[in-house]
Amino acid sequence: MNAVFPEWRDQPLDELLYRSRELIEDTDFPTVRRWREQGGKVVGHFQVYFPEEIAHAGGLLPFKVRGAPVEPTQADSRFGSYLCSIIKTSLELALSKRVELDLFVTHPICDAARNLAGVWGRNAAYPCRILYLPQNPNSAFAAAYLRDEYDRVRRVCEAIAGRAITDDDLRRSLAVFNENRALLRRLYALRRERPWLLPADDAYVLLALGGVLPREEHNALLRTVLPLLDERAAPRQDKVRVVLEGGFCEQPPLDLLRAIARSCYVVDDDLLIGLRWLTSDVPADGDPLGALATAYLERSAHSPVQHDLRKPKDRMLLERLDEAKAQAAILMAAKMCEPGLEELVVHTRALDRRGVRYFVSEFEENMTSFDTLEIQLETFVENLLFD
Amino acid sequence: MIVGRGNEAGARLFREWFDGLTRAAEEQRGAAYVFVMGSLAELLRVFDFPIVFPEINSLQAAVRRVAHEYLNEAENYGYSPDICGYVKADVATQLRGGQHPMGKIPKPALAVCTNACNTYIKWGEIWERMYGMPMFTLDIPGSRGAGLASPRGGEDFERDRRYIEGQLTELIALCERVSGKRFDIDKLREHMGWANAMSQGWARVLELNRSRPAVFNALSDGTIYLGVANGFRGAREGAAFFTDLVEEMSHKAFRGIGTATTEKWRLLFVGVPCYPIFRRFSELFSDWGGVFVNSTYLWFASGGANLGFTYDLARPLESLAEGILLGVRDAMDSMFFQTDALVHMLDDFAADGVVYHPIKSCRTVSTGLADSRRALMAARDVPSLFVESDMMDRRVVSEAQMKNRIDAFFEGLAARRHQALATA
Repeated sequence: MNAVFPEWRDQPLDELLYRSRELIEDTDFPTVRRWREQGGKVVGHFQVYFPEEIAHAGGLLPFKVRGAPVEPTQADSRFGSYLCSIIKTSLELALSKRVELDLFVTHPICDAARNLAGVWGRNAAYPCRILYLPQNPNSAFAAAYLRDEYDRVRRVCEAIAGRAITDDDLRRSLAVFNENRALLRRLYALRRERPWLLPADDAYVLLALGGVLPREEHNALLRTVLPLLDERAAPRQDKVRVVLEGGFCEQPPLDLLRAIARSCYVVDDDLLIGLRWLTSDVPADGDPLGALATAYLERSAHSPVQHDLRKPKDRMLLERLDEAKAQAAILMAAKMCEPGLEELVVHTRALDRRGVRYFVSEFEENMTSFDTLEIQLETFVENLLFD
Repeated sequence: MIVGRGNEAGARLFREWFDGLTRAAEEQRGAAYVFVMGSLAELLRVFDFPIVFPEINSLQAAVRRVAHEYLNEAENYGYSPDICGYVKADVATQLRGGQHPMGKIPKPALAVCTNACNTYIKWGEIWERMYGMPMFTLDIPGSRGAGLASPRGGEDFERDRRYIEGQLTELIALCERVSGKRFDIDKLREHMGWANAMSQGWARVLELNRSRPAVFNALSDGTIYLGVANGFRGAREGAAFFTDLVEEMSHKAFRGIGTATTEKWRLLFVGVPCYPIFRRFSELFSDWGGVFVNSTYLWFASGGANLGFTYDLARPLESLAEGILLGVRDAMDSMFFQTDALVHMLDDFAADGVVYHPIKSCRTVSTGLADSRRALMAARDVPSLFVESDMMDRRVVSEAQMKNRIDAFFEGLAARRHQALATA
């Protein structure tokens, strides 16, 4: 396969970031199209987490379905009212053929999304499957169950790939994804340590590329960009260090992140947390599916849509703030997102108890005006700086 | 008097149930908080927990027309207007120390939440934070796609069943710890036996409504029976109720006694009823001679008890895991993949039309209904109505607008019948 995103090669940092931003904002998802034009097959997987290694091991392109700022002209008639945007725009991408898939997999992360397999399946000619990730990760029986689930995903992917996916294939993919995880950890460490080098919008773009590129290409890009960022000539400014919470599923528009970056250093976030779900390397020896399942349960991030007794939501937010040495939090929830809206209550109360200041807002991926929000945010920041 | 016995007994059982909960609250006995899709009441009764169904508490607040007070209180606490109204009514109930229009709700000693609805889990987390009591999530894998329910006894099915059985052993250990009582497998058998009688009765009652005229209204009467099916699952009184109800419905079916004075239209209901104006909502259909002969609500909100699954009491834990898997999976299929079931329902119940009622509060049930309706219309030439409101929040219930739509639907049904007669 030829590279599906060669445009960044041999470019200076600003140009590389510009071209990456253009790609992430392109609602026609050209990298997926280019992959298909070369005969490649695509597995679309809805937010939040999917074991992409399994699809990758079969030579398939795992594509993160995360909605898009498009008008859901066809999808609207498939859904009722009172729903988040990402549900509609994700289906719109398929109905409008902006993105063509060979397999769609969804996990019942919320009450709306759990309907997606049914709706998508009634409107697509390719297979649509549900992956039931454990909602009882505290059970001693969860690891064996999940390993078997991953084996089921392997069988489904084999049917699409038209070939067997061996344990050695999986081990090779684990190595590629382990490198990706390590590079993303470096990216996020840079944000925490020298956030003036990596504004929130740039960091997001570099992360989000992982959802639309073969991981080998993403790795190559990150390997190139990290040293460039390290040497970036960006002055340190007097900005507030904040953690941004609320981007685990529907994504805020890039312009919104840019607006936040104008007044804050975002030192950690949960944007596209599924791409960073596994927090350490997955051992490539032994049973690869078992190792992947264990990593999901034992060495993973947190989100509002995974219940784990070891990860109470209030404590996890405070830990994220502490680890990032953040002074404040920006709490966002996508409009009509039940888990996100419910989490606001938990988070605001936890921050109140700790005495940490926070800014609360709702957003939608399709929003285009940020003036009011930016003024409110600037006021919040001024209060923090001059209090 | 056999006719009407079920409705009266149902109302009495409900009063007695809430009286019992009030006593438990006053005695400061911790309850088991559970949900209708996978309550495991038959297991929890072994440990003598008072059983609380917060969904039913919230529903009762709406039917008694005080839901808005509870919703406002929870929204003042910080909960968004755009989340589940059942959750908010319960939050307010907890903030009021359990005060509820039906009595007093005891605090939870533990909560058992299945994954049949994601809100169950978020809801359980609220109690966990409020009371610090244990919450047990029972993970029940559903069908992995439309028509992909793994066949009973097959390898994939057995994997899921074993996962559930393993979790049940963990839940039993938790119940022992919380209740201070040893697990008694013979007592479990006894409660499972009563659950068997209830499930078989529930399935038979639903089946009897194929009669013409229908022997009960699946929207109004059905909700009473559903309440007993949930609140008294695995209880002696529940088993007796359904034995009597089967007798009543059989009697009516045999003698041609219908639920409506004049049954003009046989309808199917898809969604959740409009509880803030429940009686009026029902009348908007019955005034036209419309009778709901079946509904997906009576399937999924009974946790799949409509299957009439019978536990094998010789191997109770294995069979409990199997029954929970089959029931809850079927409940989920009734919400997400219901097209084929509706096609069969149309034939089996000789229905004239389908009413879809998605609601703001419940995205689990409502998200896919517009698309499901498109699929049904493509499969069958049958009139349908799609009308949105809510199960809790009267702010999004517009009775006048609803009436207009419903009236037009019946006029359309009449015109269609007239046309069919004219061309016959």
